[in-house]
Formats: sequence, structure tokens, C-alpha cells
Amino acid sequence: MTEFKRPDGRKEDELREMKAKVGIIPNADGSAMYQSGNTIAIAAVYGPKKMHPQHKQDPKRGVLRCTYNMNSFSVSERIRPGPSRRSTEISKIIEWSLEPVLDLDRFPNTVIDVHINIIQADAGTRCAGINAASMALAHAGIPMRDLILSIAAGKLDKTIVIDVNKAEEDFKEGEGSTDIPISMTSSGEITHLQLDGKINSKQLKKAIEMARKSSKEIYEVQKKALKESVNLE
Amino acid sequence: MKNINTTPDVTIKKINEYLKINKRFDGRKTDEFRDLIIEKDVSNKAEGSVRVKLGKTEVIVGIKADVAEPYPDSPDKGNLMVTAELLPLSSSRFELGPPKFDTIELGRIIDRGIRESGVIDFKKLVIKEGEKVWAIFIDIYSINDDGNLLDAAGIGALVALKLAKLPKYNEKEEKVLHDQHDKEIPLTDVNPIPITIHKIGNKLIVDPVKEEEDASETRLTIGISDGIISSMQKGNIFPLKDEEIFEAIDIADKTWKELFKKIEKFLKSK
Amino acid sequence: MTERKVVIPGEAIVTGEDYLPGKGTEKRGNEIVATMFGLAEEINKLVKVIPLSGGYEPRRGNVIIGRVEMLTHNGWVMDFGNAENAFLSLMEVPRFVDKGALDEVMDIGDMVVVKIYSIKGRSIDVTIKERGLGKIEEGIIFKINPNKVPRVIGKEGSMIKIIKDETGCNITVGQNGFIWIKGDKIENELLAKKAIIFIVEKSFIEGLTEEVEKFFKGEKK
Repeated sequence: MTEFKRPDGRKEDELREMKAKVGIIPNADGSAMYQSGNTIAIAAVYGPKKMHPQHKQDPKRGVLRCTYNMNSFSVSERIRPGPSRRSTEISKIIEWSLEPVLDLDRFPNTVIDVHINIIQADAGTRCAGINAASMALAHAGIPMRDLILSIAAGKLDKTIVIDVNKAEEDFKEGEGSTDIPISMTSSGEITHLQLDGKINSKQLKKAIEMARKSSKEIYEVQKKALKESVNLE
Repeated sequence: MKNINTTPDVTIKKINEYLKINKRFDGRKTDEFRDLIIEKDVSNKAEGSVRVKLGKTEVIVGIKADVAEPYPDSPDKGNLMVTAELLPLSSSRFELGPPKFDTIELGRIIDRGIRESGVIDFKKLVIKEGEKVWAIFIDIYSINDDGNLLDAAGIGALVALKLAKLPKYNEKEEKVLHDQHDKEIPLTDVNPIPITIHKIGNKLIVDPVKEEEDASETRLTIGISDGIISSMQKGNIFPLKDEEIFEAIDIADKTWKELFKKIEKFLKSK
Repeated sequence: MTERKVVIPGEAIVTGEDYLPGKGTEKRGNEIVATMFGLAEEINKLVKVIPLSGGYEPRRGNVIIGRVEMLTHNGWVMDFGNAENAFLSLMEVPRFVDKGALDEVMDIGDMVVVKIYSIKGRSIDVTIKERGLGKIEEGIIFKINPNKVPRVIGKEGSMIKIIKDETGCNITVGQNGFIWIKGDKIENELLAKKAIIFIVEKSFIEGLTEEVEKFFKGEKK
């Protein structure tokens, strides 16, 4: 078997260069930017605040409401501004991925809004959005038992790789490309898993293991950005 | 709708009192803009993009180009479409859901400022008359709203146009190659910037912060380039006197000179 | 643990059976873990996290500033920036109020300094039957992050005293982050506002008091 070469020369388990910054939107209660290679996401948290309309209030716990939005010029072919079926689904997926670590029982009848905006897209935008949102939620002072770390694993032909970019997403050779976005807590519990493509159980197991290993690096990036946002000098 | 997040009436009263002795809520002079910061290349997928900051106000503006059919009434001209999104991400005042009036108006004022000034040489955007022209999309996103998103967006639109490069077009295959750029967007030598003058009490001010916007009785946006006005919009219900309109134009003219100097400096430094 | 340090959600702050989990923390095994982003602190083996941001948590005895949202037959419903509202009964106004003319005392949109005297579940009752409480007639009101309020007030009110002395303004700091400044000169009100924003932005530096004193010296040049 010949060794598989990634288009940008990365090793199979190598993430793209990551950047993160916390506190980028003064109006928000919490905010953050997360960049992985050429994918850039920003997130703002507003709340907990009164839920309107009132009939959507939950008297037992606060409601987490995420919105994922791509800028029209974040991709090569301009996308029409406003929500789409794709963004509606991803928004819900993001809610599901983040909610397990939040203590929402303390905020009955309220809503916590998480707004995610993709500025520049080179695949992995939902994962970048989740990483930005994780930091923004912490920054907003929302009680959380852990951070959420998100990464797209992938299978290119028969090789499992981590942090798939757009060129790899479009990979056509052999078995083609399989995209596996995964989000997890720092202790490794999976809160989000999607897959598009073809894979067997053994390969998936390897993809999850690699994602879990990568999540440690993402954790360090989120941690550093959060800590650097506080100036103690 | 007014609520706990909008400026309280007592503060508005105070803003009015301050202005009587020509003092602004944040210590500025009445005709003083906040620091203008411009950054380019916000998105490498755009044909051109910038971030504009005025104090804590921040917008990003991106340009995309595509090949389209011309409008039936202008077969010899390219197309322009300006869209704004006032993101809930940028302020607790912006709600989810279909675009509200402010969003639509902002997009339209920027559109008219660009279109009517003639800054884009639309005739040079024709690939094949009556059939194929370049369509230019200017999209505006608010990132943080602390007043005067409109002027920030207008500055962003002009600078982004100047920085943008059209993608390559393969005529044979009728394909736009979005990852390859060659020539600049054909522009003329006008440089329209919308400058919004707000009337509070009997004073006119530029570049309001959010509290001042809440105190504003009437506003007049003047799309101007080197003394030539090509678009105007008076917003809100209070009337303006003739002399106020002409005073506003003088302020806009002076402000344009200051802002354009800064824009030129930025463009040279890039 | 000797020094205060910034911790993130899920981070182990200290290890050892003899530590107790305080606010913003929980015990996992023999570790005390942060459940909130903030500054971790340990006093007599009690570990807690002081939040750097986040909402205001109403407490009995707090002075807050709210906005009249609605009039009922026997009082005023007030928004103070939280999910729940506060209620000011006409019995808690230090003068006779005509039940048919509540709006003459306070109307929708009015900003009022009130004190919380009772919290039962989600029902928060407030009063204006004390000095310094009541409708705000004049001045400027603005909002800061409620978590910065203790820094603006300072130890036993030391910080706010410096600002009051330097500017000659009356300043009411609501625990919900709303601040009311009233002075006899506009310049002084602006200076007081600027000083408070300075404190909010520098809130976690060492020697904040000296920095604020330096700020005023710089402003007076």
C-alpha cells in the first residue's frame, strides 16, 4: 500500500494552525473567535435573559438557542444571506453539542442566545463555530462543567485524517471523502457526531480515537485564549 | 421598542443639556468622528473585504462578483446588489427573524450612495451586451453596534470596492473561476461616503454613539464625494429647517475630507 | 493554593481531601473542579470561583436600579435586567399614593432606585422607603457588568468615595450594574463616568486604588 499524502502536506493527525481570541464583541455578555487554518468563526452569547415570546419559556430550566449563520462572502460562490435548511439543522446540532455541559436549571424562564457567524469557510465551519461558542459561553460566565471541543475527522480513500479542509472534503479518489464532525467534553464524552460518506466500524473507532487525541490540542487553545482574556497585571 | 437596554429618558435629557454647551456624551466635539480603523482581507473567499471600526462600532463588508444577465432596462450595464444584515450577534437590540426596517433601509441607503454617485463604471462591467455582465454584490454585516453602523458600512463598501479584484471568467466554458482574480473592479474617480448628521435639541452632530442615536430626533444621511451630493435620506419624524439641511451639508463636506484623507492613507499603506 | 488564579470550566483547582467546594466549583473525586470561568480563590480550605462576567444574582438588601415596565392596580412592575421582574407595591412608597393615579408617581419608562426586601422563589419585592431610594429625576444612567460592581464600590466603599470626592457627584451603584451619576456640573458627571469605565476596564489589576488616583491626576492636568 502506498502511503497517502494530504493535499496540504499535513500528517494524518495534524490539525491546521489554530488561533483563538476571547472578548471580541463588546456588546455581548461573552464572545470569542476561533480559527482553524482558513476557517474563521465568531460567536457571541447574550443572556441568560427573558425569553420572548413568553409561551416558549420553560419554568424548569433555561433554554439554549444557537444560531449558525454563514456570511455570504465566506465561501467561493456567494450564498444568499439569511437562514437556510442547512443552517437551521446545524444550529440545532450545535445546541445539542453544547447543552450537556451547561447548568441551565439555574435559569428557569430564560434564554441564552449563542450567535455564530462564519466569516471565512474552508470546511469544518460547524466545528469552528462550536469551539468559538464554547469559549464564548465560558466567557459569559454561564455555569459549565466542562468545555466542548469540536473537530472534523475524515476518511480520505482508506486513510483516517483529522481536521479536514475543503480540498480534502472534495477528494474523489478511491473511496472518496468521508466527513465526521465530532464534539466532545475534555473528558472525552461525545456530545455531537455526524457522518457523511462510507466507513466501517473499525475505521470509525479509529476516527473517534484520533478526534479525541486532537481535542486535547483544541482544549489547550481554548484554555489559553480564555486565560489571556483576563489581565491581572 | 423601548426597554431596559435602551437609553433612559433622564440620560437623553442630559445628552440634550450637554449639547447646549457643545459637549458630547463621550467628550467629543459635535463634528468629531471617532477613531477610524480599517483592516483588509477579512475573508479570503471574498473578491474584496474589509473590517471598519468606529470606536466600539464594527462592521465587515465583503464583495462578491458573478456573471449574470443584465437587467432588461440596462442591457449595457453591470448589476449591483447591496444587502445588509444587522446580526443579533452584534447587539441585544437586533432580533432573529426576517430583516427589519432598519436593516433594509441601511442596505438601500448604501446601495443608492454607490449606485447614484457613479463610482462603479457599470458600462465596463459588460461581458456581452444584453446577455452577460458582471454582477457586483456588496454584503454588510454588523459585528458590534455602538451607533452609526450606516456610515461605517458606507466607508467599508467604498474601501472594499477599491480593494476588490474580479474573478477570472472562462467565456468558453461560461465559468467564473472564483479562486483566480485578475483585474480590479472598474471605478471612476468619485469617492462617495454616506455621512449621517443627527439633530439633537437644536444641535447637529456626526457619528453618534448608541445613546446619542437614542436621543436623536431626526437624521439626514448625505452621500457625498468632494462636495457633490448624490444621495440623501432624511429619517425619523421631526422636521428639519432649510438652514439646518445646509449646515448639515457643510458638516458632511468637511467630514468627507477628513475621512477620505484617512481612507487614502490606508489604501497607500496596504 | 497561594495566589488567585484564572480557571476555566472543568479545570481542577486543587487536589486533596481536606478542601471544600464553594461557589462555582464542585468536588470530583478528591479534586475541586471549577464549574465556571473566573478567579479561583481559597480561604481556610474553602475553594470558590469569583465570576468575571455573567448575570446579576438578586439578594435581599441589594440596592438596584430598574425601569418601570407596567402599572398594576396596587404597584409597579419593574425590569432590572434579569429574567424575573421586581414588584414595588404602593405600600412601599413613603407617602400617600392615590390608587387611581399611580402614573403620577412613577410611569412606564421611569428609572427608579429600589432596595430588595424580599425574595420568595421568583417573586422579588422592592421598596423605596429609605433615604436615597426613589425615582431618578435627573442625571445620567449607564450600565456596567454587574460583576464589576464590587470593584467600583471598593473595600468598604473606598473606591466610590474617591470618585465622589474627586468629582463632587452623587453616585448610586446598583448591584445589577446600573449606575446613576448626578453632579452640579456636566464636566464632573463625565469625569465620574470616565473613572468608572476606567475601573471596569482595569478591574483586576493589582493596586487599582493607586491607578485610579493616578487617573484623576492625569485628567486634571
